[in-house]
Amino acid sequence: MMESLGTIWNLGIKELRSVWHDKVLLIFVLLAFTLIVYTAGSAGSMELHNAPVAVVDEDQTVLSGRVIDSLQQPWFLKPDLVSLSQIDEMLDQGTHTFALVIPEGFERDIRSGKVSSLQLDIDATRMTQAFIGASYIEQIITTEVAEYLETGSSASTLQVELITRVSFNPNLEGTWFGGVMELITEITLISIILTGAALIREREHGTVEHLMVMPVRPFEIMAAKVWANGLVVMLAATLSITIVIQGVLAVPVQGSVLLFLFGALIHLFSTTAIGILIGTVARTMPQFGLLLILTILPLQLLSGGITPRESMPDLVQNIMLAAPTTHFVSMAQAILYRGAGLEVVWPQMLALAGISVVFFSLSLALFRRHLAV
Amino acid sequence: MAETQNVGMNDAESVARLEAVSHAYGASEALQDINLNVPAGCMVGLIGPDGVGKSTLLGLVAGARKLQQGKLQVLGGDMASSPFRREVSPRIAYMPQGLGGNLYHTLTVDENIGFFADLFGLSGAARTRQIDRLLDATGLLDFRSRPAGKLSGGMKQKLGLCCALIHNPELLILDEPTTGVDPLSRQRFWDLIDTIRRQQPSMSVLVATAYMEEAERYDWLVAMDSGAILATGSPAELKLKTGTETLDDAFIALLPEDRQEFVSGGAGGELQLTKDDGLSEGVPAIEAHNLTLRFGNFTAVKNVSFTIPKGEIFGFLGSNGCGKTTTMKMLTGLLVPSEGEVSLFGSPLDARDLATRQRVGYMSQSFSLYSELTVRQNLELHARLFHLPPETIEPRVDELTQQFGLAEVMEQFAGDLPLGVRQRLSLAVAVVHSPELLILDEPTSGVDPGARNRFWSLLLRLSREDGVTIFISTHFMNEGERCDRISLMHAGEVLACDTPAALVRDAQADNLEAAFMKTLEAVDEEPPGQGDGKVLSADDSSPQGHRAFSLRRLMAYARRESRELLRDPVRMAFAFIGSALLMMILGYGITLDVEDLAFAVLDQDQSPESQDYITAVSGSRYFVEQPPISTMAELEQRMVSGELSLALSFPPGFGKDLKSGRSTEIAVWIDGAMPFRGETILGYIQGLHLSYFEDLILRTYGSEPTLSLVSIKTRYRYNQEFRSLDAMVPAVIPILLIFIPAILMALGIVREKELGSITNLYVTPVTRLEFLLGKQLPYIGFSMVSYASLVLLAVFLFDVPIKGSLLTLTVSALLFVTVTTGLGQVISAFASTQIAALAATAIITILPTVQFSGLTEPVSALEGFTALIGLFWPATWFLEICRGVFTKGLTFGDLQHAFLILAAFIPVLTFLSVALLRKQGR
Repeated sequence: MMESLGTIWNLGIKELRSVWHDKVLLIFVLLAFTLIVYTAGSAGSMELHNAPVAVVDEDQTVLSGRVIDSLQQPWFLKPDLVSLSQIDEMLDQGTHTFALVIPEGFERDIRSGKVSSLQLDIDATRMTQAFIGASYIEQIITTEVAEYLETGSSASTLQVELITRVSFNPNLEGTWFGGVMELITEITLISIILTGAALIREREHGTVEHLMVMPVRPFEIMAAKVWANGLVVMLAATLSITIVIQGVLAVPVQGSVLLFLFGALIHLFSTTAIGILIGTVARTMPQFGLLLILTILPLQLLSGGITPRESMPDLVQNIMLAAPTTHFVSMAQAILYRGAGLEVVWPQMLALAGISVVFFSLSLALFRRHLAV
Repeated sequence: MAETQNVGMNDAESVARLEAVSHAYGASEALQDINLNVPAGCMVGLIGPDGVGKSTLLGLVAGARKLQQGKLQVLGGDMASSPFRREVSPRIAYMPQGLGGNLYHTLTVDENIGFFADLFGLSGAARTRQIDRLLDATGLLDFRSRPAGKLSGGMKQKLGLCCALIHNPELLILDEPTTGVDPLSRQRFWDLIDTIRRQQPSMSVLVATAYMEEAERYDWLVAMDSGAILATGSPAELKLKTGTETLDDAFIALLPEDRQEFVSGGAGGELQLTKDDGLSEGVPAIEAHNLTLRFGNFTAVKNVSFTIPKGEIFGFLGSNGCGKTTTMKMLTGLLVPSEGEVSLFGSPLDARDLATRQRVGYMSQSFSLYSELTVRQNLELHARLFHLPPETIEPRVDELTQQFGLAEVMEQFAGDLPLGVRQRLSLAVAVVHSPELLILDEPTSGVDPGARNRFWSLLLRLSREDGVTIFISTHFMNEGERCDRISLMHAGEVLACDTPAALVRDAQADNLEAAFMKTLEAVDEEPPGQGDGKVLSADDSSPQGHRAFSLRRLMAYARRESRELLRDPVRMAFAFIGSALLMMILGYGITLDVEDLAFAVLDQDQSPESQDYITAVSGSRYFVEQPPISTMAELEQRMVSGELSLALSFPPGFGKDLKSGRSTEIAVWIDGAMPFRGETILGYIQGLHLSYFEDLILRTYGSEPTLSLVSIKTRYRYNQEFRSLDAMVPAVIPILLIFIPAILMALGIVREKELGSITNLYVTPVTRLEFLLGKQLPYIGFSMVSYASLVLLAVFLFDVPIKGSLLTLTVSALLFVTVTTGLGQVISAFASTQIAALAATAIITILPTVQFSGLTEPVSALEGFTALIGLFWPATWFLEICRGVFTKGLTFGDLQHAFLILAAFIPVLTFLSVALLRKQGR
């Protein structure tokens, strides 16, 4: 038992030295957890931000001017005034997502109490911006017109007011979301790459065979890779969340960073095991690269971190319950955004631990069989 | 004028001239102030122990390494000048160290040699004649269609020689060409060289070797030690100068005194081999019965049996690829025999029994230690893995350092060590735990004679004093003679097994080498070359490497890369199935329609009015009702856990107020953790609220209320049904066509660096541009296959029609994959390992493509730095074309600017990759 622990420790130290030796790799790991997390955070993500609008103002009145001015940053870029004939081209080229046409006699109609119609053309290929932006524009213009009328009839106000409060992120700021989600992505990606590639390197250099003639068990080899590469990722993740996310991006993290890191630790057991699994199946580094893409993309995109889980087909949702990222993302969101404590996220942690055990055993079984040949 | 004349005269008689040449790798100096004139038209040998700078010197002369300091003239020109190197490279041939170092292992013999013929511009009938002649002379004619990786070591070296000689060079540089090659093949190799030299007396040959007996037949020798030259002259001159009988002794005598003992291997010869009487008693160390191992149809080892008593040194001799390594692996448990059994120390071998492994030390043929660890770290790691008591580790490591002469390199990385020193390290590692049984697979291959001497004296001591049983394979006959018993193996079978003396007697030969040759020649299938035919012909190999750009060389690389690609089933399967699978995952999985959101209500009113409102909300397709909430605390808790995306609260008296016309309110909480989702929920609930009351007023008063004077008619263009798939599918194509081609391309280049075949770029006339473009073409073709499968899937499975022209789309895809593979090339310039290339490409391509290329928000909406990334990211422009053609039905004319920008990336990336790629090694 003590010997086994000693072996795991010594092999792990060797892994750390290998990572340390490959400076290019090290730099990219650092970049992933700092610069990339930062750019993802500062870019904002899918909420309405700086949407480009083109306006055709055929009315040229005070009211039309007020309507145009009401479309403001940060939601919209300053509207570009164009002529009717230019609209098609602008939408075609994708420079503008929205084109608003204010017809002649707009102000006159409103003043005389007649309903006036504005036309809004939307580039529907930009799904998110198109949908959210349309409802924003509708609301902004309605409010603007109501304010303009002021003295107008009270028919325009409802008897029952809807008071909306957005919890956890009152201004729906993308920075809060993008940075943290990118960190989660990098934790998964880098841990799989580091572990799997370390195994491939050992095989390409013949060192795995060498290990197998020593008093070393497959379990020990695997456990060493898991702890050592997991540690590298944990260190980078800690650095990233404290310095980049809380520091530079100034995201107010609601819950306990320590609890999040503890969850990440459990998560890393399964991702490093996945790395070994791919490393065992792949024969060469290019093959590993391809299998990696095939694994990482669904793990990331279908985890609920990019698009909401409830909008995916049921089958996909159910399959993704077996993926560690699904539980990790929902746990991370609960802790970091909603300030959830252990009493709330324990089911996810339990699921993660269960999945880790399954993946670890599966990898170990495959790895054993692979070495036995 | 006198000076130029002088130079001219020197050129006539010397093929290479070094003046004050020094070379260093980081802090360690490989060559120090070398001054040397290598005479032309003869066979020049570099001799000396491992790690004295022989390979470095050859690399410099061949142009494979960049000159750091001093002056170097080869074939009359300055090797520091790159125009001259380009001009001279067709006149030089270079075979790097290691078996088949310049070959491509999945390619056949024919394809390998054809590749080199193309690089040197041979064509037509002359090309065929030259190749046939070389293959015939080397006896490889019958193996033309066998992959190089499946040839035996000797045949690999001959093929390497064919490839090197294809252009009839004036200077042939061979770096330890016969290391690891069995005596018979070695003999044939040198016979071939002799034949060529007889036919081409003007050709100069420069060889590095660790075999002193080979050096005897060279014309002129350069004795080297510690990065400096000790002496030069013919073998006879050297022997005369030192007053010694053999070259071995002559070399030792040339050394400074403090190095003599170390290099000679010390007192190795004194320890006499004495037959231990008690040797054969007791349980044998190894017993093997009828071992057979089959790989598919191929029988690698047939019916091998032997018994080895404790303390014996048992030698294993045989040609390359005869099954020695396979047999040894069965003894260690690395391979499980198909038939037969092995007993170690009297009990059947159990591969899982760690206690047995503790008693066995194994050294594999190829270097298999951690190249990224230092010598000390490697030794200490293995000592710990064998569970040596911690306090004994340091003394043990020191002891081994002493024994194996590793003191000077202790802090160097194992990967930076020369071959021979690495072997010494491997051996030190194999004995670190003082095993009872040592299984050594060609441990002295590539090790200099002195070190081998030291090594054998150590083996003898281990065997005689400590009773260690040693099972060793070797290609050196003088080592075979030192074994207690040897077994001759060929083609998986043991031909003879006895003491060396008995074998010599039985074969009626003078010595073991002759006995070995006789026994093997009797059964060998490899036909010897027809020595009499001309090996080379100047008419058939007029090199034309001066041209700055040659399509033939470019295509040679393209063909070779395609073949490697086509023979890799995983990569091929990925082209067809992988990207299609990813598209299905992305297409079906990512939908931006937000639906089925969980909501619950805290109804403090419980009136029909509040119930009516709730029914309206739960009736929409966006929301799904959950059990009601009873307290504010519960509301908080259920929101925090993420169970609810939306919570509604009705105040007490809501229904009463509503009926009596007083104004009242409904409070709503929205989960804003995911901003985009939060926005969408907000939009939904506001819309629902408005339409509910419009409807309520209509039901109550029978008239539609005018809530606002302005109505906005929205038209969703290009995607009227607002279908997520129609928007996603055209966006997925650019994503997949950037990751996969870039990663494969980057790995394709870095792989050559890691496996060593990049040397062919360094020493052949191929230019960097030809190399890069040649390697790029197959990946462009590969990516276009992916593209085709993606488009088919989009149209037929996802039902997303192409509204514009398929041709426009295809042309843009072609431009795009050219750009993305180019991106892979640029990345490969920075990475030296495949893993680094993989990580770098994944990280660099994913983020900008997903975030800044206009996938979700237009690039025009980005700000500052991110906007710049967006503008200078190729995916931005291809995405525009893809969307334009798929959903907007745009034509080439509409998208002209995007095409132009996309095309502009190509020369920029190519220029960058060419500038960043080095044409010489360090």
